[in-house]
Amino acid sequence: MATKVDPIIGSLPDAQGHFGPYGGLFVPETLMGPLAELREAYERYMVDETFIAELEADLANYVGRPSALYHAERWSRELGGAQIYLKREDLNHTGAHKINNTIGQALLAKRMGKTRIIAETGAGQHGVATATVAARLGLECVVYMGEVDIARQEANVYRMRLLGAEVRPVSSGSKTLKDALNEAMRDWVTHIDNTFYIIGTVAGPHPYPVMVRDFQAVIGREAREQIQQQAGKMPDALVACVGGGSNAIGLFYPFLDDKDVAIYGVEAAGDGLESGRHAAPLCAGRPGVLHGNRTYLMEDDNGQIIETHSISAGLDYPGVGPEHAWLKDAGRVNYVAIDDQEALSAFHALTKIEGIIPALESSHALAYAAKLAPTMDKKQVILVNLSGRGDKDMHTVAAIEGLKL
Amino acid sequence: MNRINVRFDKLKEIGRKALIPYVTAGDPTPQTTVPLMHAMVGAGANIIELGVPFSDPMADGPVIQRASERALKHNISLRDVLSMVTTFRKMDDITPVVLMGYLNPIEIMGYECFAEQAKQAGVDGVLIVDIPPEEATDLLAALQKVEVYPIFLLAPTSTPERIKLICDAANGFVYYVAIKGVTGASHLDISEVAAKVAEIRQVTDLPIGVGFGIKDAETAEQISKVADAVVVGSALVSRIEAHADEPQKAKNSVVELLLSMRKAMG
Repeated sequence: MATKVDPIIGSLPDAQGHFGPYGGLFVPETLMGPLAELREAYERYMVDETFIAELEADLANYVGRPSALYHAERWSRELGGAQIYLKREDLNHTGAHKINNTIGQALLAKRMGKTRIIAETGAGQHGVATATVAARLGLECVVYMGEVDIARQEANVYRMRLLGAEVRPVSSGSKTLKDALNEAMRDWVTHIDNTFYIIGTVAGPHPYPVMVRDFQAVIGREAREQIQQQAGKMPDALVACVGGGSNAIGLFYPFLDDKDVAIYGVEAAGDGLESGRHAAPLCAGRPGVLHGNRTYLMEDDNGQIIETHSISAGLDYPGVGPEHAWLKDAGRVNYVAIDDQEALSAFHALTKIEGIIPALESSHALAYAAKLAPTMDKKQVILVNLSGRGDKDMHTVAAIEGLKL
Repeated sequence: MNRINVRFDKLKEIGRKALIPYVTAGDPTPQTTVPLMHAMVGAGANIIELGVPFSDPMADGPVIQRASERALKHNISLRDVLSMVTTFRKMDDITPVVLMGYLNPIEIMGYECFAEQAKQAGVDGVLIVDIPPEEATDLLAALQKVEVYPIFLLAPTSTPERIKLICDAANGFVYYVAIKGVTGASHLDISEVAAKVAEIRQVTDLPIGVGFGIKDAETAEQISKVADAVVVGSALVSRIEAHADEPQKAKNSVVELLLSMRKAMG
């Protein structure tokens, strides 16, 4: 396990949003001014006591934080190795970690006097979390979602509509998350004066990667205290799934300087890395520029972005947050991949053994933990981010088993 | 001397404004692009902007997105676009050609390799939508070495500081995006454009082109009164799309619009 000598926390990004060669600001000129405005607002309010107090009150009373840390004893025993603890982000309001970030950005939007919120969504979790906070704050909300994702996440589409959001289908390109992001960017350029774009992951132009990380880092801060109370020690390993990478960076960030904690980010191997049909840019892609930042991408030899595949809509994205790209190169985090079948097995295992139905995204992290645990001692501890619950995936899983709900 | 300078100097001498059509390379097929470029020059185009297709054109409206998709069905790569310019140059060594597109295909090729090949092909300028000067240090150095000009966009949201920064980094001309929006949108306000162009003129001696939302001869004429160049893209690409199966008709339709614009602009 490689470790860095210099402290990582607080050292990155630089003032222009670079994590080493990654990150930065690669956007059309029209967005440069508004992004500078956002950066200033974000920097101002993150040290503003009233803002922080409001955010913390919302996280406690609206989201339901702190989220529980749960020792999956039966599953750990069955796997016969390390003790697995689950950080229960699935218990948050709206059922996933996404709301930690949308609450923060929506409060910022209000402070900045914006009246209209836009977002992109893949699995629909970020869309729901955005529609939720927009409803609560009385802001107009438009969510862009690829047609393919709309078809496989009907329940979330309906939830967003119930919440008063307009869900706009995106039919360009691969009709998934990346195209929804393109469309949201186009909307933002067009309605820059009154619109705040709530990006759901730690990607995009600066300051989004650092801002979303800071809003999600509450996961790791809580988990770091909880695990020491419950297990009486620091974890030996952290595991989280990585699509764009917001739940992962949220868990990892407060542990980055704990050299003895091994960290694993789990990408979606889809049909298998060798098949080419996957969504694992860190494991099998290369650096490039997309959606406002330089990072690892799934791309062909001509620099065209290629279509990704994963059973989980939330991991079906050809890029990844720039900080993950940096953490990979720095050797601080190990990025691995889990395929559709392995994720499904873990989905069923946790459901049957612990009575917790995980999201298919989180099932990738669980599947890797299930591989790792038997190689470790019973006294060792693996902390897994259970980033979301699986209610939204009922149709997908039922369809695989030949059932129609 | 770069062809772009020669062209603007010449136009200034005779008191005319530049007409700059944009088409996406390889749309609807790879064979149609070079003949179309020559036809556009024949119809009064002074500089040609050639779009490099990209899978995720986030600054473009639906018309140019679909053009990119049509071109990518033929797997048109940056190398293919450069070879189209090489072919174009065999019959036209004076009309400036500016490549317009997104950064990633250039990243993959490598900045120096791209700059050298662009120069060799006869490219005069490069406009990359998603790289501001702040991120462009290495790319600018590579382009400068071969005297291919970096063209940058200016927007309604550009602050005076940014206008200065961008004009200092740009060469050949600067391109003012007339609207807050994507290519092909339609709510262009001439007096706002005139005010912003005047503001830009205070900062730079570079010629100023205006584009995004210029659809017809009338708008082209109005813009030509305040700017040095009129850029027209989506309006032409729509015509190509309308006749995607009939290249000759598509060409005629593009020529017809350009002729009317040229006539209106004087």
